[in-house]
Amino acid sequence: MAIYLIVALDVLNGISSLFLLCLGLAIIFGMMKIINLAHGEFIMLGAYATVISANAGVNIWIAMLVVAPLFVGLVGLVIERCLIRFLYGRLVDSMLATWGLSLLIIGIVTTIYGNTQQGVPTPLGGFSIGSYQSSYYTLFLAGMAVVMMAVVYGVMSYTRFGLIARATMQNPAMAATLGVNPARVYMSTFAVGAAITGLAGGLLAPVSGITPGMGGAYVAKAFMTVVGGGAAILSGTMSAASLFGAVNQVGAFFTTPVYGEVLVFTAAIVLIRLLPQGISGRFFKGNL
Amino acid sequence: MTIRFRLVAQAVAVLIAIIAIVLIPSVIELFAMMQLTLFAAMAVLALSLAFIWGFGGILSFGQTAFFGLGGYAYAISAINFQDSTPSILLAIIIPSLFAAILGYFIFFGRISDVYLGVITLTVTLILFNCVNSTSGDEYRIGKALLGGFNGIPAVPTFNVPFYPDQILSPEQSWWVTGGTLLGTFLLLRLLLSLPAGRVIVAVRENEVRASLLGYDPRKVKLLTFVLSGAIAGLAGALYVNWGAFVGPTIFSLSLSAEIIIWITVGGLGTLLGPIVGCVLIEYIVAYIGSQQALNSNLVLGAVLVVFVLLLPKGLVPTARDLLMRLVPAPKPKAQLADEQLTPSVAASHMAGAE
Repeated sequence: MAIYLIVALDVLNGISSLFLLCLGLAIIFGMMKIINLAHGEFIMLGAYATVISANAGVNIWIAMLVVAPLFVGLVGLVIERCLIRFLYGRLVDSMLATWGLSLLIIGIVTTIYGNTQQGVPTPLGGFSIGSYQSSYYTLFLAGMAVVMMAVVYGVMSYTRFGLIARATMQNPAMAATLGVNPARVYMSTFAVGAAITGLAGGLLAPVSGITPGMGGAYVAKAFMTVVGGGAAILSGTMSAASLFGAVNQVGAFFTTPVYGEVLVFTAAIVLIRLLPQGISGRFFKGNL
Repeated sequence: MTIRFRLVAQAVAVLIAIIAIVLIPSVIELFAMMQLTLFAAMAVLALSLAFIWGFGGILSFGQTAFFGLGGYAYAISAINFQDSTPSILLAIIIPSLFAAILGYFIFFGRISDVYLGVITLTVTLILFNCVNSTSGDEYRIGKALLGGFNGIPAVPTFNVPFYPDQILSPEQSWWVTGGTLLGTFLLLRLLLSLPAGRVIVAVRENEVRASLLGYDPRKVKLLTFVLSGAIAGLAGALYVNWGAFVGPTIFSLSLSAEIIIWITVGGLGTLLGPIVGCVLIEYIVAYIGSQQALNSNLVLGAVLVVFVLLLPKGLVPTARDLLMRLVPAPKPKAQLADEQLTPSVAASHMAGAE
């Protein structure tokens, strides 16, 4: 019995961390059709911001929930102004430039902090079910995933900013005639996406090894989740994250973590082949 | 500049290239020649992506999947057979088969280019993860121990065909590698000037129009993909021959990124550009590696960003345009021939890209 509970917790953990990792990318890709291959490096920057401020004496919760998103959001803002704004509508060029950007960020961080692993202790202790151990932090991650989902849904559906953002993405020329400045909407959307990614990096910092190259492990997973999810930001990402997160954890439980990952990648390929528009292109059409 | 003049110029260029390849070992020292051998093997890889991306309009983020498969196929069969002749063939056949299966999935599923990027990237990661986890005695194919993260050391290098005891010397290895590079280049050049090559470019330019003219874009793309996989596999065998070693890092994302950087720097839509870009970038990376002052990721990333933003055409097309400006404007007829010989650089906007 206890073992099933533990597997269920693992699955929950897999799904919620995958959702958190992908949300920022889903916003940037879903709304602006910019493929941000530096997504993994945004996560890495968030994690570094958390670790470095926490080790400098900042409260771990503030480091995670405030410093990381603020810092990465600012970085995103600068990057949008200096690089991304020249690339809207140039899909392939945006992929290339952000890939270059990702190498550049890895290079800068390696030069400053060296190619060594950093870390912070996991807050909130653990509990045991039967003879198995788990940590409260897992539950906290799941809670954060739910909170983020609610916040994004609320902002997109019920606020003026959300309305303007959605309108600009649908038809920039029309929005511009109505007095909206599309360049500014793009800029803030990109920064918000980056900030959410930074938050994900901060939240995952205590449970992952932090190196300059850590982003590479996330970027492919995040991509296939967003692409597998399709155009709808929330429902698509959530359904794809649930599918892949569950496949990963269950696969890892029955075989090894490596084959769990292989299983996810294979599932992603089959999914894209079967549903080229992603899950939400088929089942949640027109949803957010 | 008439067509005839161009043909003569091209023949002279090929002749110079052949002479250079033959003479290089007697001019430069062994270390530099070994480095050139590596660059030439990498340049074959660059050609494989230059062909499908620049002329087929298919941006594969996982060209290293075929490169790595070729390398592993060569290493495993060379250890088992102790003869490089069938191994080189296998290094071409296995990646082609893999490309055929993967390409069937992609092109007959009519998967758009974003998804294609994701799928090729994912497949490369799968291979990396799988090969990485094969450490231990139970993972062996015949006599070859896969070795997981440590890779396969002491792979037999090329020998004279059908004479397993006559191992090629470094000079002969260079001739083989350089010759393969030149051969691949000429083969692709020839293919692109044939009607079949025109069809490939036509599909890149406009898939719907090509299919209305009676060509099946799916089949054309699949064949292009398979050919490029075969070339990448051959490059893998050449690479393993150079180092007598193959490890899972051959599948790594950073190498995939490097190929794309070579082509962006050298010039998309040309065959010469990627070779230039490859040698240039690899030289810079090797130089940085010996310096320890700057991080190679930092330099590569900066180079890629700068080229995408400021010089999106790449070095070779930019240089060619500058040269063309110096030469007096050609007659309309000659201009047509010029266009046919060097297909337009509009490749950066692939068919179907937004």
